[in-house]
Amino acid sequence: MNKILICLKRVVDYNVRIRVKPDGDGVVTDGVKMSINPFDEIALEEALRIREAGNAEEIVAVTIGSQDCQQQLRTGLAMGADRAILVESDTEIDPLAAARALHALVEKESPDLVILGKQAIDDDCNQTGQMLAAIWGRPQATFASKLELAGTTAKVTREVDAGLETIEVDLPAVVTSDLRLNEPRYVKLPDIMKAKKKPLENIAVSELLGDTEPQLNAVGWAPPAQRAKGILVDDVDGLIAALREKDLVT
Amino acid sequence: MSKVLIIAELNGSALNPSTAKCVACAQAVSPDSIDIAVFSHQCADAAATAAGITGVSRVLCIESEANRHPLAAVLAPQAAELAADYDYVFGPSTTFGKDVMPRIAALLGVGQVSDIMSVASPRSFARPVYAGNAVLTVEVPEGKTIVATVRTASWKDAPTGGSASVENASVTAEIPAHTRFVELASEASERPDLQTAKKVISGGRGVGSSENFDLIYQLATKLGAGVGASRAAVDAGYVANDMQVGQTGKIIAPELYIAFGISGAIQHLTGIKDAGTIVAVNKDPEAPIFEIADIGLVGDLFEVLPELEQKL
Ligand SMILES: Cc1cc2nc3c(=O)[nH]c(=O)nc-3n(C[C@H](O)[C@H](O)[C@H](O)COP(=O)(O)OP(=O)(O)OC[C@H]3O[C@@H](n4cnc5c(N)ncnc54)[C@H](O)[C@@H]3O)c2cc1C
Ligand SMILES: Nc1ncnc2c1ncn2[C@@H]1O[C@H](COP(=O)(O)O)[C@@H](O)[C@H]1O
Repeated sequence: MNKILICLKRVVDYNVRIRVKPDGDGVVTDGVKMSINPFDEIALEEALRIREAGNAEEIVAVTIGSQDCQQQLRTGLAMGADRAILVESDTEIDPLAAARALHALVEKESPDLVILGKQAIDDDCNQTGQMLAAIWGRPQATFASKLELAGTTAKVTREVDAGLETIEVDLPAVVTSDLRLNEPRYVKLPDIMKAKKKPLENIAVSELLGDTEPQLNAVGWAPPAQRAKGILVDDVDGLIAALREKDLVT
Repeated sequence: MSKVLIIAELNGSALNPSTAKCVACAQAVSPDSIDIAVFSHQCADAAATAAGITGVSRVLCIESEANRHPLAAVLAPQAAELAADYDYVFGPSTTFGKDVMPRIAALLGVGQVSDIMSVASPRSFARPVYAGNAVLTVEVPEGKTIVATVRTASWKDAPTGGSASVENASVTAEIPAHTRFVELASEASERPDLQTAKKVISGGRGVGSSENFDLIYQLATKLGAGVGASRAAVDAGYVANDMQVGQTGKIIAPELYIAFGISGAIQHLTGIKDAGTIVAVNKDPEAPIFEIADIGLVGDLFEVLPELEQKL
C-alpha cells in the first residue's frame, strides 16, 4: 500500500499518579511527565512493521493539540515515521472534533490505512477511531491484536469480551490497536538526531474544521471514592475467619 | 416526553446481562419510555428476555441475515436510523458497546458519554477518566441526542418481571459489504462468566506458569468462582486474553475478589474498585494491592492456595 496514517496523542505518562486539583477544575498537569499515549506507540510500531515488510511506502504521524505536542511527534519521527502533521489547537479537542479533523486530513492524504489507539489513557473515551470510520464511511476494526494484510483487504483479530474475533475488512480502513498487537521499539539516540531533519507540518485546526464547539461540557472533576482501610491477617486460618465473618464463604 | 433506546448485546441468540444494566441506568434519567432494539438473525430468544426486564416499554426486533454477527459497521447505520425518534441511545461499555456506540454517535453527529457511572441529572453524568483516578461529570447541551455507554460494573441488573410488547421494526439503511465476520475463537468454559460472577479468583505474574494456574482453577471450582488475571499473566501466556481484568480488560464488580500474586498496578485496580470485598495474597508486604485490599495476607501463594483449598 501507499500510505499509513497513524495518530499520536500527547497524554500524562501512564506511570504518573493522577491528582485532582483542589478546586475540581481538572487534574494536576503542571510539571507532570507527558508521553505518547501507549496505544498510539503500538499503532506506530505496527505501521513500521508493515513498512519494513515492504507493504507500505510512507507513514504519516498526526497529532491534534498545542505546540507542545511537537515533542511527541519528534519521538514518533525518531521511532521511524516519515513525516508528521501537527493540527494545532489551543483548546481541548473532543473525540468527535478529533475524528472530523482526522477525516479532513484523510481526504487530503488518502491513506490506505489509519491506525489509532483504542483509547487515550487521559479521557479514556475509546471513541475517536470508530467516529472517524463512521464519518469516512469505511470499515473499522477496533481492539486489534493481530493485523494481516492481503492486497486490498486486511484480516484483523480483535480482543473482545468473548475471546478473539476475526473480521475481514476492505481497504481503506480504520484500525485501533490493543496492547497485545505488538511491543513498541525503543528510540535510539542517532534516530533522535535524524528525526530533527524530518518534515513536521503545522496546520491550524480552523483550516480543517469550522466548528470545534465541545459536544459535552465538563462540570467538574472529583477524586474517586476511597475504599475503607482494610485489615491484614497472619495466616490462612485468619483469612478464612475474616471471610466467614463477612459471610463470603461457608 | 423523553425516550430511551437501548442497543441490546447478544451472545449468539441469547441476551447478554449487560442489557439489564443499561435499563437500570436508563431508569435513572426518569424517561417516559425505554425501548430495546435487538439486532439479530434470530431475535426471538433475546427479545423474550428483554421484554421481561422491568421498566421496558417495547422491544424492537430488527431481524436480518446481515445482523447474524455484531459488526459495528453493519449495526450502526440501522441503529442511527431508529435513533431519530429518541432522546437517548444507550449501550453497555463492553467491547460490543464500545465498538458500536461511537459509530452510532458519529452518524448522528453528536458526541458520546463513555462509561456512565452515575446520573447526576437527566443531562449530566459522572464517568471515570485517567484509569478511574478521577471522576468527571459532563453535561450534554440541550437539543442533542444523548448517546452513551453504561459502565456495567456500576449498575445492578434491572429486575425481571416486566412484560413489554415485542414488535418487528424495519429499517432502510444501506448495509455496507466492506466488513465481514470471519470467526470467533472462545475458550469454552464451564466456569461462571467473569463479568457476572459473584466471586472471582485472579492470578498474576506471581503465579509463574500456566500449569501453576491450576491451583487458581481448583480453588475457583471449590468456591464456584470465575477466574481472572492481570495483564502480565495474560501477556506471559498463562491464560487467555478474555480473562484480563483492568483498565483495558474487564471491569468487574463481584462480591468477592481474591488476587494471588498481583502487585496492584493502577490499571489493574481500576477493574476491581467496585468489588464488594477485595482479598490480596502477595509475598511482598509493600505491594500496592494491600493499599486497597479489605483483607490482606502476606505470604507465598504456593503455600496459601493449597492450604486454603483444603480448609474451605
Ligand atoms: C495502557 C496500559 C494498560 C494496562 N491495562 C492493564 C489491565 O487492564 N489489567 C492489568 O492487570 N494490567 C494492565 N496494565 C499493566 C499494569 O501496569 C501492570 O504491569 C500489570 O498489572 C502487572 O501485573 P502483575 O501484578 O501480575 O505483575 P507484577 O507487577 O510483576 O506483580 C507480580 C506480583 O506477584 C508477587 N509474587 C511473586 N511471586 C509470588 C508468590 N510466590 N507468592 C505471592 N506473591 C508472589 C510479587 O510480589 C508481585 O507483587 C496496563 C498497562 C498499561 C501501560
Ligand atoms: N488529539 C488527538 N491527537 C492525536 N490522536 C488522537 C487525539 N485524540 C484521539 N486520538 C487518537 O484516538 C485514539 C482514541 O482516543 P479516545 O477516543 O480519546 O480514547 C487515541 O489513542 C489516538 O490514537
